[in-house]
Amino acid sequence: MAQKAAIELKNITKAFGSVVANKDVCLTVNKGEILSILGENGSGKTTLMNMIAGIYFPDEGQIFIDGEEVVIASPKDAFDYKIGMIHQHFKLVDIFTATENIVLGLEDGKFDLKNAEKQVHDICEKYGFEVDPKKKIYTMSVSEKQTVEIIKVLYRGADILILDEPTAVLTPQETQRLFDVLRRMRDDGKAIIIITHKLHEVLSLSDKVAVLRKGEYVGTVNTAETNEAQLTEMMVGKKVELNIHRSEPKDAVPRLEVHHIDCSNREGVKVLDDVSFIANAGEILGVAGIAGSGQRELLEAIAGLQRLDSGAVLYNNPKTGNMENLTTKTPLQIRELGVRLSFVPEDRLGMGLVGNMDIVDNMMLRSYRRGKSVFLERKGPKDLAEHIIEELEVVTPSASTPVRRLSGGNVQKVLVGREIAASPTVLMAAYPVRGLDINSSYTIYNLLNEQKERGVAVIFVGEDLDVLLELCDRIMVIGSGRITGVVDARTATKEQIGLLMTKTEALTWEGGEDRA
Amino acid sequence: MIGTIIRYLSSSIPLGVPLLYGSTGEIVTEKSGHLNLGIPGIMYVGSISGVIGAFLYEQACGNRLANMNPALAILIPLLSCIIGSVLMGLIYSFLTVTLRVNQNVTGLALTTFGVGLGNFFGGSLAKLVDSELPNIILTNTSSFYDVSLPFAAKLGWFGEIFLSHDFLTYLAIAVAILTSLVLNRTRMGLNLRAVGENPATADAAGINVTRYKYLATCIGSAIAGLGGLQYVMVYADGVWSNNAFGDRGWMAIALVIFALWKPTMAIIGSFLFGMLCNLNNYMPQFGVPLGTDTQELFNMLPYVVTILVLIITSMRKKREHQPPQSLGLPYFREER
Repeated sequence: MAQKAAIELKNITKAFGSVVANKDVCLTVNKGEILSILGENGSGKTTLMNMIAGIYFPDEGQIFIDGEEVVIASPKDAFDYKIGMIHQHFKLVDIFTATENIVLGLEDGKFDLKNAEKQVHDICEKYGFEVDPKKKIYTMSVSEKQTVEIIKVLYRGADILILDEPTAVLTPQETQRLFDVLRRMRDDGKAIIIITHKLHEVLSLSDKVAVLRKGEYVGTVNTAETNEAQLTEMMVGKKVELNIHRSEPKDAVPRLEVHHIDCSNREGVKVLDDVSFIANAGEILGVAGIAGSGQRELLEAIAGLQRLDSGAVLYNNPKTGNMENLTTKTPLQIRELGVRLSFVPEDRLGMGLVGNMDIVDNMMLRSYRRGKSVFLERKGPKDLAEHIIEELEVVTPSASTPVRRLSGGNVQKVLVGREIAASPTVLMAAYPVRGLDINSSYTIYNLLNEQKERGVAVIFVGEDLDVLLELCDRIMVIGSGRITGVVDARTATKEQIGLLMTKTEALTWEGGEDRA
Repeated sequence: MIGTIIRYLSSSIPLGVPLLYGSTGEIVTEKSGHLNLGIPGIMYVGSISGVIGAFLYEQACGNRLANMNPALAILIPLLSCIIGSVLMGLIYSFLTVTLRVNQNVTGLALTTFGVGLGNFFGGSLAKLVDSELPNIILTNTSSFYDVSLPFAAKLGWFGEIFLSHDFLTYLAIAVAILTSLVLNRTRMGLNLRAVGENPATADAAGINVTRYKYLATCIGSAIAGLGGLQYVMVYADGVWSNNAFGDRGWMAIALVIFALWKPTMAIIGSFLFGMLCNLNNYMPQFGVPLGTDTQELFNMLPYVVTILVLIITSMRKKREHQPPQSLGLPYFREER
């Protein structure tokens, strides 16, 4: 391996107003090397990378490329220095083809899509990608879109690749495939920087690990000489217990029975297809699946927010012992029964919280019907807000700060905290730790566990399979709106779940080939 | 009867031309992600700017046809029309692109403003020549504009329907086809479409989003303004009267949806709309006498067709037929 520095950062500092996002960060990446950048949320990983990619400009410090000091003032400068960044949220135009997206913004030479398609094809061959250059983005799977992003930077001749949490949206198999590609690129002499907070990926892929904590640079270690415990300590600043305490379910009685539900979206495409399962009280039922396989619709169907084409959702009311059919009830009636939904969508504020309202008012969204006077009762919600802020360590100037101003992780804590505070009988949490740092994530896991021990039926939709396996009692896998399997979380393996996740997708791929 | 049909078709085409200019201009603007509801106002201003230019030139020539230079008689109104429309486009783009004001509010305000401005100058010019009516008569200039192709008369019905029109009609079709080519076949078009679909992506790809938005809005406005000029110089035979332009601007915006954001479809659509608008003039000649009440029903036809098209396109949800994805949304790089 050639030990030549491809890019070197010296004492980079960047502040947004009074918040220091990066302070005195030093990094070196050699050619033919993979560097992981590890850090909790808000530790400034993405900010740092955005400075290399020309989206932000550093306040202080120097950047050297191939030993020469450079100024990167715009994304265009970054291209010129052969730096390519693959953002966490893909920057692709949906109705364009893969090739159109790849050549977008390039200004050299004649505009010739045919020739570009050929070059894209050549890059695919070289690194082993499988993408049709003429396919439209909106018909692609997440992993195909990511591939297009990678080809895009390679097409521009990038020698330094930055990937911002590339595995967050991939199945284990797809992650493996991506890592193979990255290793091949490393062997081809490219310098690769990968941002992640999944420790096992860091250990299996990278050559070196740089750790950031709250914007400060903690240090760089060689992957071969470190382990999970040391990295976590560097990341968090203290030793953290990374075990989820999983108790055996006690008196698990069926609480929620879902019978053969079908559901279509506005375009008439089936999003849930003959889904049946039982959620027990005192148990955490995990739901695994590729993003957008019907998880959202499933939870919304139970909460009464989705119209079902057929099927029934039965609720075993612990107060009366009767079975009640939730499909005939309004969302409000369902909530009053104790069925609670906390869904954390990708944009976080999309559902459940109102961004312009403060924490207290957001608490009130769930309690405004109570109280006898004409005026709103603010005392209860205020106490609850303060309780949540303290208990879940929400970082906010006060309880009367608009939720929109909080960072993503803190918004999530407010949402999950509120739903748990209502002492539910069924708690549905979708991606409650999305983007949270390790500490906050474990706070949420413990909260879910507490609820389970209190006899609540918890349905947990998660992304990280390692967590699902550690936290849940049973894991249900959903693929293209169908339940493709239910496994025991204590004995199942990641690979097994990964296979189930892609099961129906594999079927449609075969169909596609038949047509061609 | 055949003669009536030929006359009907031939007279429908000039009616469609302002719509074609308006909708082509609006398509260019919308492709950059800006819904410009100011188009009616911009077309109105384009119209009055052309009138002002023509008026001043006619005055300078002492209102005598013989003194006028044909090239100047065409170029002066044409340029003043473009300048007027582009200024309106600049107001719109400054407000919506730079200041990120709500696009719908800005557009509606601009329409109100444009119509008021047009009527103000229309009234003032009429006062200057001590006209009894609030009209400005520019038949001299119009005679330079409304010149049909020389060989039209020799080609019978084909000549009368397709070749007997003025140069602005053919320019409208050429502009629409050219726009279509630029949008779909060039790098500039690809970049513009990317800006309208997903400005953050375009920005990250190194495209100057602000420049594209300004240019698309201003070029779109210039194209739309020509529709106003064609209306007054050709269709109205050089007679400006306040508010005569009517709701053609709104129809042009409706036409954009009808055309599914494709300039080539707008060509078909605008002449179809022209025929529909012309129908109530010709129904009596086709042997169906119209009362004032039924006449209004016929005036409704273009809008009914637009609604039908909306219903049909929303039923077959094809991604390619949707408006640009970030249409109407302001773009700010640092917003997360």
